Amino acid sequence: MTATTTVVSSKMLAERAHLTRNRAFGIAFIVIALAIYGLFANDVKPEQISTFGLNQGAVPAAERLPDWVIPSYGTTMLLAAASAAIGAYQLVRGFGRATSVMLGLVALFFIFAFLTWATRDQSINLAGMLKTMVSRAVPLSLGALSGILCERAGVVNIAIEGMMLSGAMVAALVGSVSHNLWIGLLAAMLISGLLAFVHAVLSIKYKVDQIISGTVINIFSAGITSFISSKFLQVYQELNTPGTFKAYPLPGLSKIPFLGGIFFDANIFVYGAYVLLVVVHIGLFYTRWGLRVRAVGEHPQAADTLGINVFRTRYINVVLGGLMAGFAGAYFTLGSVGRFDELMTAGRGYIGLAAMIFGKWTPFGAAGASLIFGFAESLQGKLAILKVPIPSQFLLMAPYVATMIALAGLIGRATPPAADGQPYEKQ
Amino acid sequence: MTQAVSAKSSLNWQKFLQPLVIPALSIFTALIVGSLVIALTDLTVLEALKNFFTAPGAAFSASVKAIATAYGSLFEGSLGNPAQIIAALQSGESKALANAFYPIFDSLVTATPYIFAGLAVAVGFRCGLFNIGAEGQLYMGAIFSVWVGFTFKGLSPWVHIPFALLAGALGGALWAFVPAILKAKTGAHEVINTIMMNYIAFRLSEWLLSDKGPLKRPDSANPISPFIEKSAELPRFFPDPIRFHLGFFIALGVALFVYWFLFKTTLGFELRTVGANPNAAKYAGMSITRNLVIAMCLSGGLAGLAGANEVLGLNHNLALSFSSGYGFDSIALALLGKSHPLGVVLAALLFGTLRSGATRMQNVAKIPTDIISIIQALIIAFIAAPAIIRSLYRLKGAGEGEGTIFTRGWGK
Repeated sequence: MTATTTVVSSKMLAERAHLTRNRAFGIAFIVIALAIYGLFANDVKPEQISTFGLNQGAVPAAERLPDWVIPSYGTTMLLAAASAAIGAYQLVRGFGRATSVMLGLVALFFIFAFLTWATRDQSINLAGMLKTMVSRAVPLSLGALSGILCERAGVVNIAIEGMMLSGAMVAALVGSVSHNLWIGLLAAMLISGLLAFVHAVLSIKYKVDQIISGTVINIFSAGITSFISSKFLQVYQELNTPGTFKAYPLPGLSKIPFLGGIFFDANIFVYGAYVLLVVVHIGLFYTRWGLRVRAVGEHPQAADTLGINVFRTRYINVVLGGLMAGFAGAYFTLGSVGRFDELMTAGRGYIGLAAMIFGKWTPFGAAGASLIFGFAESLQGKLAILKVPIPSQFLLMAPYVATMIALAGLIGRATPPAADGQPYEKQ
Repeated sequence: MTQAVSAKSSLNWQKFLQPLVIPALSIFTALIVGSLVIALTDLTVLEALKNFFTAPGAAFSASVKAIATAYGSLFEGSLGNPAQIIAALQSGESKALANAFYPIFDSLVTATPYIFAGLAVAVGFRCGLFNIGAEGQLYMGAIFSVWVGFTFKGLSPWVHIPFALLAGALGGALWAFVPAILKAKTGAHEVINTIMMNYIAFRLSEWLLSDKGPLKRPDSANPISPFIEKSAELPRFFPDPIRFHLGFFIALGVALFVYWFLFKTTLGFELRTVGANPNAAKYAGMSITRNLVIAMCLSGGLAGLAGANEVLGLNHNLALSFSSGYGFDSIALALLGKSHPLGVVLAALLFGTLRSGATRMQNVAKIPTDIISIIQALIIAFIAAPAIIRSLYRLKGAGEGEGTIFTRGWGK
């Protein structure tokens, strides 16, 4: 009797929660629509226009795309109306499963309206911005992949930040000493792999709380990299000039108008990220290895019963994750600025983790989330040029705020692997 | 539960010393590893190592010399030069005395924010929360208290000081409330959210002190705030070079309060139960949400007090990046102190001496202060994995679950 009532009431509760959730999203959409109208559409004059450049880099005159010119007022009004319509439909009928897609769409409308408003009577290079987005998203998605490899096997890895930082420093140091970028890259991956091995030993063998173990590596990395940086790299400049990997346009693909310049004219880190994304995706979901890894992450007891070596799987995956984080770390020095600065990763490892959660522990989901964060970073660079009346410090906060919103699970509740973070005790 | 508590309180000496063995050996081992880092990054040692096989003695003596200079200056910088202290005591001259005792008092000054911040992290741990955001909360505390410090004029110190301190606690608590409520309502993990709040706090403080920022001192080109009113300054006990101030005793008082709160009140009991076993707490009718939020806000408030203490007692204004990572160090400190207020105070005294000596070590032996972070990371690792220390020193008997603090995974 009591059992049935609880079942019924929990069903009712779930339904009510669903309804409030629907309504909350509907209201949120309407609020965004009002914001687009109030903040942007209201602030532009009917005759103003926004100009978006569609060419990236030096494009031969024959292949140049004409600038994309749109009326500022009409565009922002249209975006406000579209958001309001989506909100109204959500309130009346509800989009159901498509709600999160709609949230993404409305967020995109908001950003685009913002851009249109910011570029009124000015011009902005949209292609350049998207290219920056892609390169900024690279370390984030590689960090997220590192997290996915570890967490799918049941080990929480918040040490990605520290591994990236160590990787970045070692890449710069070894790359400078050996005058070979590839050796620097290899050294970065090895050192991060080593740190990952320490994390694995602490959390698998010694069953240290995985968050604490990760924090140990983060604090240690921050300490040792700053130590070596101020003792050597800043004193002997020749130890900190590794140079960077040059961009290499992919034949054929880089000639695609608009998209080619954004996605296929980049250095090995960007291409590496594409390849690794596909490899990890196929590996995790279409191979026997992936099935085993996921079994270990979801139900280690069951996996053990079936003869899968839980400890070995976890060790291997954490170290693989470390190699990945080292690759991501080398991006900061060898793929971007060509120099190591203290604490230069600036929380990207944590943002990568947020992207992983945002993407529900799937490689492509995480990559999509990384692109959003990457866009937030590229936006902040552009807006400084456009002289938007928002202090740059607030724009710099954007990726962090976005991370928190993502984590709060606005877009569906993300479910981690069931045994994530739990040390395995062999029976 | 009450029985267990009363059994614990009737301690004998062995029981008292037992829990100190692992922390002491952890610190010792971390210092040894730290000395290896110092030796291996020393240029003379590196030079001597090239001829290691022909003249191993040279490399060895160079290492010993590097380590001795480093730790020697660390010791002198933190506790003072014993010969100088004795000479000063004999002469009785006030200037000599001030110089001789300056290092030890300055170590206490550095230990003060550590006590607050360590207590902050410890309170979080007690409730199963991992507050990495102490640094950001500390900034917010400093921002709030400096504002109260320079805005209100003509108040009596009896009113102004508590007001400014409370404002600091409020700032920290507010900053902790955001991740707390997100954790309680959506399950978003507090580790990432508190780190994000750290970055947001740094940017916010940069903006507040920027040219158009509301806290910027108008007559200065530097990003600093106006000085606080005299009435808001925490009184100092000695004439000038010695900066020892009331904050130290406030910190001790707050540690006592936290002890009383955690172990002698119902709320503290609930909080610890939620931390030890949330399922049991839920079945006993305790609200997990409420306890998480209370613990996090209390934690943030304590971290905010650390910031207030720095502003009101030491700097008397707010400058960019005024904190040298107290909030991050406090994690190691809370673990070292086993999240017990007394342990935290002892660990804070240790870290205060280390940190204050490290500045001198940087000047004399040219060793970057970051060595302290390395040593801290090692201390945390050894404390969290006592099995390493046990096997290193062939210690017997592993207490079940000792030293392990369980934070919770994503979204659970």
